[in-house]
Amino acid sequence: MSEFDAAGAAVQAALDAGARYADARVMHRRYESMSARNGEVEALTQDESVGLGVRALVGSSWGFHAVPELSDRAARDAGQRAARTATASGLVPGPPVDLVPSPPAIASWSSPCEVDPLGVSLATKGDLLVTATGAMVDHGADLAEGLYQVWDTAKWFVSSEGHRIDQHIRECGGGISATSIGDGETQRRSWPSYRGQYGTTGWELVDSLDLTAHAARIAEESRALLTAPLCPAGETDLILGGEQLALQIHESVGHAIELDRILGWEAAFAGTSWLDLAQLGSLRYGSELMNITIDPTIPGALGSFGYDDEGSPAVKRDAVRAGRWVGVLAGRDSATVAGLDYGGSVRADGWARLPMVRMTNVGLEPGPHTLEEIVAATDNGVLMDVNRSWSIDDKRLNFQFGCEIGWEIRNGRRGRMLRNPTYTGIGPLFWRSMDMLSSEVVSWGTPNCGKGQPGQVGHTGHPAAPARFRNVRVGVRA
Amino acid sequence: MSARSEPGELDIAGRVVELVARLAGAGAQAEVVVTRADLALTRFANSAIHQNVAESAVEVRLRVHADGRTAGGGGSAVTADGLRALVERVLAAARHTRPDPAWPGLTPPVPAPTSTGWDAATAYAGPDERAIMVRAFVDAAGGLETAGYCRTAFREAAFANSAGHAAQGRTAEAAMDGIARAGGADGTARHCVDRLADLDGAGLGQRAAAKARAAVDPVELAPGRYPVVLEPAAVADLLQNLSWYGFNGKRYVERQSFAEPGLAQLDPAVTLVDDPLGAAGLPFDLEGTPTRALTLVDAGTTTAVAHDRRSAAGVGAESTGHASVDSPTFGPIPRNLRLVPAGTAGAAGTAGATGAGPAGATGPTGMSGPTATGAGRAALAGAVADPDTAALVSRVQRGLLVSDLWYTRVLDPKSLVITGLTRNGLWLVEEGQVTRAVRDLRFTESYPRALAPGAVLEVGRRAVRQPDRTDGVWWEAPSLRLASWNFTGGASG
Repeated sequence: MSEFDAAGAAVQAALDAGARYADARVMHRRYESMSARNGEVEALTQDESVGLGVRALVGSSWGFHAVPELSDRAARDAGQRAARTATASGLVPGPPVDLVPSPPAIASWSSPCEVDPLGVSLATKGDLLVTATGAMVDHGADLAEGLYQVWDTAKWFVSSEGHRIDQHIRECGGGISATSIGDGETQRRSWPSYRGQYGTTGWELVDSLDLTAHAARIAEESRALLTAPLCPAGETDLILGGEQLALQIHESVGHAIELDRILGWEAAFAGTSWLDLAQLGSLRYGSELMNITIDPTIPGALGSFGYDDEGSPAVKRDAVRAGRWVGVLAGRDSATVAGLDYGGSVRADGWARLPMVRMTNVGLEPGPHTLEEIVAATDNGVLMDVNRSWSIDDKRLNFQFGCEIGWEIRNGRRGRMLRNPTYTGIGPLFWRSMDMLSSEVVSWGTPNCGKGQPGQVGHTGHPAAPARFRNVRVGVRA
Repeated sequence: MSARSEPGELDIAGRVVELVARLAGAGAQAEVVVTRADLALTRFANSAIHQNVAESAVEVRLRVHADGRTAGGGGSAVTADGLRALVERVLAAARHTRPDPAWPGLTPPVPAPTSTGWDAATAYAGPDERAIMVRAFVDAAGGLETAGYCRTAFREAAFANSAGHAAQGRTAEAAMDGIARAGGADGTARHCVDRLADLDGAGLGQRAAAKARAAVDPVELAPGRYPVVLEPAAVADLLQNLSWYGFNGKRYVERQSFAEPGLAQLDPAVTLVDDPLGAAGLPFDLEGTPTRALTLVDAGTTTAVAHDRRSAAGVGAESTGHASVDSPTFGPIPRNLRLVPAGTAGAAGTAGATGAGPAGATGPTGMSGPTATGAGRAALAGAVADPDTAALVSRVQRGLLVSDLWYTRVLDPKSLVITGLTRNGLWLVEEGQVTRAVRDLRFTESYPRALAPGAVLEVGRRAVRQPDRTDGVWWEAPSLRLASWNFTGGASG
């Protein structure tokens, strides 16, 4: 029985059991990760999982069931159970559910991949992590860690509307971190970010990171941070490196524009959003420099795909244009509730999880400056880079971030290194204060976006570049 | 869900161990865990069920150590071909990886406790039963908008290794977590139990609604240090972060933890016990080590950290039964931590003495109705959810009552400085009475410092088990009165 046949059997069984719409995803995922510590391989894991998840709409109520088998019997049973669960949902019913149209595509799609990451020998991968972590120890790190991860996912989607789509998405990436341990605290430096950079690409991404070349520098920086002066407390101009700005976008824009949050569907857990749909198209989100797109078509970015997990094709859309809020991340059902005509941002973390609204690639378009120009134009400020901690309220307004490293900026020059740099603010006020933006955009990958109950881990991309923000509160500490 | 005709988990685990011996020779060491799970979660928002999921899953996890090299892997296939593919894949990985001189060896044959108390009605609960629980929560909220979930989880697991050790067990759990919403303010109630029948959906809905109504029209309060009463949901966040970063044996070995066994690091009022068998937990960990109650802090003195076999070997200790899929990298962590209530004799094995009954059973307490206080202020009804918390609040001159903490993240793991926000209800307490709702505040605080000797003014007498995001993980605590909590930002930044 083919994967398409199994998905089709599940869909048909759900329809036979009373569903008016059903879709099913078969997923076959292989995952590999290796971590090294202080010049030794610490753990090597290879997982492989195959299963089927089917979603049924009975009346205006949804049900979902997942099984780790692809037999005809198992698929049909899953479809029936999904319909039965949907019927039970009707015991506490909501408003009518409709789906925005999605042309029933019959298609195949694969992510770009030059070097199959699972084809690279474990010895080669191990040597890379062992060499890089060993070099960090040699240069003063108390704890030197290296990590790579690979996901190789094949999936087959069938809907009762006629969709029949298969996709093969390969994702990988990695990074290194050096930690120096003082009497009362630790200091960490990472390259290119903590737990690494990721994309829908082959091993060529890891090669391009040149981990070993950065090992000595970050180890020495982690050691130097232990005795560096504290980031001063107060309001100042803040320059963020691109990696940190990527997470700022993720937390204070990406999640805020998720339509399920705006509609209250995540109210008890992930939270809601400060955004009001009545202001879509008119709300001033940020400065004129702020142009943010929702773009799952970026080759190699971590949030890229051919079709989302409802069968909607990848399409680039504006989320914020010249500082004005103009778009959301939506699914077919949430879009109808909001009166919108597009979905396209629904994904599931594996076969056992319900597809839900997730970020794709949500990021900034390039600005007119360079980091060098931004520093040169700043009389008094702090430059912070590489995220260390992140926290934001349930409406995505009040945030506080910590970075691994900061530098004092005085009279247009980068000065002393600063430890424990933190900054805090309110999302729209912060974005409205952005007055310089670099053109040096990198699509940063975030492979650990948590959402949903049961929990799902999403892989998202965030094009970002260094930028300057005025009068930001920095140096918050216990 | 019905009785299964497939091979049992122990049979599958044994077959995998045999396969490893056949393909890699008798010298190869193998450990296998086979887990079948039926997990279901009924989620509601805007007072309607909008997501309703169920999953029947099976996982085989294998770790081998052959010719001095170690590799691990997992799979979802339990057919003969699937098991053989898993074994071949993991053996191939072990052959091609680097030597592992720190391999701690396999768990020798030891008696493991048997599973007790798992509830078949919970294990086999259907979507109708969860929907009825949701209906009760929604109806009890008196017309307020509600959101949350009701979940049931059932796991059957077996362990076998090539040293001849084997164990098996079953666990079932039910949990409900919800909010009610009133005029932009939210109130919460949650509870984790062994039996679905012990959940009180109506009681939880009533409690959440009362707290939401008490949270409307909040005032903004200047950031600063305030005495606080943390309710059990907020204390759960302390327990989780202390577990992840403090009592994590790997981080202790790496000197990234504040924990130093033998030192009086926390207030004498604090006793912390990790007690997997205090609920219907599995009786062994991923390495087959039997689970047991482990006292981590006894009357303020740190006594232990959690270990798997590898972290234990690093300090010449024994595993405490905390191996997990993530423990080789993140470290072994306590997942069933209890803050022992005041008035409880002894530390370990006190499950029956905590009074951890259904949270919703009490509902809003005698704090109802505005009453005149000594200062002439009106007490706010509904904010305080139970008499135990009310007793702690009554001894606060001026401070804050905190229902819940949100999005807490570590600024530094060794000092365990954490930032986060209050959520689902924050109130000003004046002269022993809750007087007004306050807008959420951001805090930046060192958790060990907040619990340091002299900092814990009072521990409540009634613990409530709080569900984690992952089934099988829970945090059990009474309310807690602390001398000071460092609020570093208000709603306006």
